[in-house]
Amino acid sequence: MWEFLTEFPSLGRRDLADFKNTIDGAFRSFSRAYGESLEIFFSPLLKFLVWFEKLLQATPWPLIIAIIAGLAWLGARSWKITVGTIAAFLLIGFLGMWEDTMATLAIISVATLMCILIGIPIGILMARSDRTQAVITPILDVMQTIPSFVYLIPVVMLLGIGKVPGLLAVLIYAIPPIVRLTNLGIRLVDKDVLEAADAFGASPRQKLWGVQVPLALPNIFAGVNQTIMMALSMVVIASMIGVKGLGVPVLRAISNQYLALGLMNGLAIVALAIIFDRISQSYGQRLQAHRGQGHE
Amino acid sequence: MTTEPKIKIENLYKIFGANPKKHLPKVQHGMSKDELLEQHNHVLGVHNVSLDIMPRQIQVVMGLSGSGKSTLIRHINRLIEPTGGEIFIDGEDVLAMNDDQLRDLRRHKMSMVFQKFGLLPHRTVRENVAYGLEVQGVDEAERNKRSAHWIDRVGLSGYEDRYPGQLSGGMQQRVGLARGLATDADILLMDEAFSALDPLIRYDMQSILLELQEELHKTIVFITHDLDEALRLGDKIAILRDGAMVQEGDAQQIVLNPADDYIRDFIKDINRGRVIQLRAIASADALAAAPADAPQLAGNTVLEDALSTMAEAEGQTIKVTGPDGSIAGAVSLTSAIQALHS
Repeated sequence: MWEFLTEFPSLGRRDLADFKNTIDGAFRSFSRAYGESLEIFFSPLLKFLVWFEKLLQATPWPLIIAIIAGLAWLGARSWKITVGTIAAFLLIGFLGMWEDTMATLAIISVATLMCILIGIPIGILMARSDRTQAVITPILDVMQTIPSFVYLIPVVMLLGIGKVPGLLAVLIYAIPPIVRLTNLGIRLVDKDVLEAADAFGASPRQKLWGVQVPLALPNIFAGVNQTIMMALSMVVIASMIGVKGLGVPVLRAISNQYLALGLMNGLAIVALAIIFDRISQSYGQRLQAHRGQGHE
Repeated sequence: MTTEPKIKIENLYKIFGANPKKHLPKVQHGMSKDELLEQHNHVLGVHNVSLDIMPRQIQVVMGLSGSGKSTLIRHINRLIEPTGGEIFIDGEDVLAMNDDQLRDLRRHKMSMVFQKFGLLPHRTVRENVAYGLEVQGVDEAERNKRSAHWIDRVGLSGYEDRYPGQLSGGMQQRVGLARGLATDADILLMDEAFSALDPLIRYDMQSILLELQEELHKTIVFITHDLDEALRLGDKIAILRDGAMVQEGDAQQIVLNPADDYIRDFIKDINRGRVIQLRAIASADALAAAPADAPQLAGNTVLEDALSTMAEAEGQTIKVTGPDGSIAGAVSLTSAIQALHS
């Protein structure tokens, strides 16, 4: 009797092993059956990713810096941020990290683009129905809290090691903020404004694109910003399953205790993060600049 | 002269709560607002309101906050669904409309001006005024042309490219008014449209509205809690309390024959001399007693303007003419003073 209280009445060791084996077996046969078709499904994505990475690496570096500086100026309209961006990229190139930085830039850009394409529609769906929100919110919670190594396992089992599984891992980790903030932004739109749209006979579509999405844009942009940051923070983990870029030397530095190598590449990731953050944040602020201005 | 009402509201009920339909019969059999709230936790918003709103008139609906006036006006374009009753616009049953018909009604037949303006903060003044037209699907060149006209009419020329957040409250509501007028709808619903503005600007806006109404002749439903505003704007006034209609009529009827103490309380501080018109107190008896050469004044002259003429006239009596110029009766100084102090 006492034993029952001190030892948790767990499933026996054999049953537990059988239980795990069943799940593993089921997933393995699933991946044997569908792994190839999944790879075919994702092959356009892979081609795009490879093409984009090659493009970035083949383009002469002054042109890349000019384009990025141009984007920084368009986004932030600030000399400080633009000059800082140019300086950071010059330093990165000078310290021999240009190739890796371009690879990282490629996967971050593609990942962010995918997050926007998938995340904003999901966020809109969530905002339109409380039931959808009730279903998707816990899924987002799991995606944000589950340790990334755990979902790397099935992803690698299904698709092996390479760019696409790396990209998927980044997506799973980075998509929740844009979904959440799109949903929040649309739900926060002033009820009085929506009522006015209703009173003038706006259809649901006219309300969505003419009122809700435009008014939610600052929040949606905060979501894009968060998504970029989270994608960058996955760079090292993604390099463990074969994504090239700044994460690879960091990983090498960990296993070989190369302090300088680790620091340099780590700081390059930080520099990218700061640049993207400043540009997207000041763009987001500019989006709402005309609100409340000069209003007493 | 009988014209069909533009808007006809019949036995309208609105109950807010988890199961309004279930409690409707109780209210119809005389349960009061307080009892409904206490016993069933449902709120009675509109209580058996019937109202005929004539075309080309300003119908004011007045009441204190919580009297259900904003709820009532939202039934006309069905922003709120009634619990019971009927609404007809130009003889058409609004409650029988499906989504498309309702959208059409809101796009073409009526527009609305809001207390909190309800402007789109991400659009310029021009784009806000053109919003109703954009929803209708009017092309951009036509939209700009028509919105420019209305921006000019409300006195906002030069501000076309500003955003609402850059304008003062009074200017924002001019944008709201121009947006309401731009669709050329017959019916204009104004929900406490000027209540958020300070008194001087409110008076200006009332003047603009009256001036526009003189040429546009729209059917306007105007919600307010301010009696002065109601008396100034309303061709007809309906007074609500606790969701129920207490009295309905023109300003004269309400000031001279208040239906109960609630309304008497309401009107006790107004300047009666500026509201009561000669036609309302003209009588045949006074006409019989009046000298043949007594001065004549138009029936819509207010007492304040008529008193000095009356005092100087022989027998202190004047004749009152109707809209067609014929003599409708006479008013003596004594009866005028009685009307001012009753």
